[in-house]
Amino acid sequence: MASLDDLKKRITSVKSTQKITKAMKMVAAAKLKRAQDSAEKGRPYSEKMNNIILNLSSGISDKETAPKLLSGSGKEQVHLCVVLTSDRGLCGGFNANIIKKAKSYFAKLNKEGKELKIITVGSKGNDQLKRVYGNKIIENISFKNSKNANYFDAEKVGKIIIEKFQKEEFDICIIFYNQFKNVITQIPQAQQIIPLNTKSDERNNSEDNYEFEPDEDEILSNLLPKNISTQIFKAMLENSASEQGARMSAMDNATRNAGEMVDKLTIEYNRSRQAAITKELIEIISGAESL
Amino acid sequence: MSDEFKIDIVNPEKSFLSKEDVNEVVVPAFEGEMGILKDHISIISFLKPGIITIQAKSGEEKYYVEDGIIEFKNDTLSILTSYILNLKDIEKNKLLELLKNAEEESNNPEISDQLKYLADQKVETLKSIN
Repeated sequence: MASLDDLKKRITSVKSTQKITKAMKMVAAAKLKRAQDSAEKGRPYSEKMNNIILNLSSGISDKETAPKLLSGSGKEQVHLCVVLTSDRGLCGGFNANIIKKAKSYFAKLNKEGKELKIITVGSKGNDQLKRVYGNKIIENISFKNSKNANYFDAEKVGKIIIEKFQKEEFDICIIFYNQFKNVITQIPQAQQIIPLNTKSDERNNSEDNYEFEPDEDEILSNLLPKNISTQIFKAMLENSASEQGARMSAMDNATRNAGEMVDKLTIEYNRSRQAAITKELIEIISGAESL
Repeated sequence: MSDEFKIDIVNPEKSFLSKEDVNEVVVPAFEGEMGILKDHISIISFLKPGIITIQAKSGEEKYYVEDGIIEFKNDTLSILTSYILNLKDIEKNKLLELLKNAEEESNNPEISDQLKYLADQKVETLKSIN
């Protein structure tokens, strides 16, 4: 059994760990509030953007001439997967969940004989993926220096993707991120952004007769690249809210576990202290008796 | 009947502005300035760098935008833009910085004609504010 001193040391160390996790939880809670706010505020933009694109794409009569970002390159051979993760750890299953989702998709692609290319955004995803898929990662982007998710970062990623698409480096682009549902639940998502999936969306097919200036095609070809940045921005916002949420609940758990551990160790400490006293007493008594 | 309609300006970060008492909006559409009044036909267009002027009951407001898409439908004008500034709040330093960036962009020989055109527009607009 560990000596009294050892136990005492362990108790102090667990207690100081508990202090750290508690502080991290508080920080995450404060950041979560902000991240959630900006995720909510960012929603109207992406929704409106989506609406306009839906209206536009329904207005396009000739699918042949539709921009490639909408209709696709006509092939499905090369898949580009953009995996959005965090730059920092200690956030529970947040990164692991995205990676798991992405990996199962990669395995499926592999089985079907499709080619895979990966862009990782956030260093944690890169760390985890490079062991197995290192040769598939064509780009690793990290925004360690930006404090909050901002649109310009998203635009940078969007531009890289569009550039690669125009060079015909891939046919289909999918982004992986965590959707924020609530503090304890984040749902890993796989969303296809190129070609844009317009069919699955529910929409009211009203007889909207829009006037377009200039014509639909031109607006669409200007709008679609923006939409990609917008979708990525949305994913980044959801991700940062999810990250803080995941960190908060992970740290909450850690604090609780540390508390339990302190209790257990304290009981053990008291017990061995008691045992030592009893032992000493017995020794004294038996020593006195033998006199 | 009143001649007022609703305007929503959103940027990726937040809802920038929302007003219900707008009489007229002039936007720098891609093919020239465009005035929008109530009961305009549904329209989708996109913007070039320029000034949005909003005539509302509560007064006139001007905003500088770098790009954007507008949609007018059912007497609601939605403007989506990634960069917007209220002319009132704009500071001299900020303005000069924007102007410098825009001039650099426009003097870059490698950009396409369309980008060059947009950059020139930016320069022109910024100069006119100055």
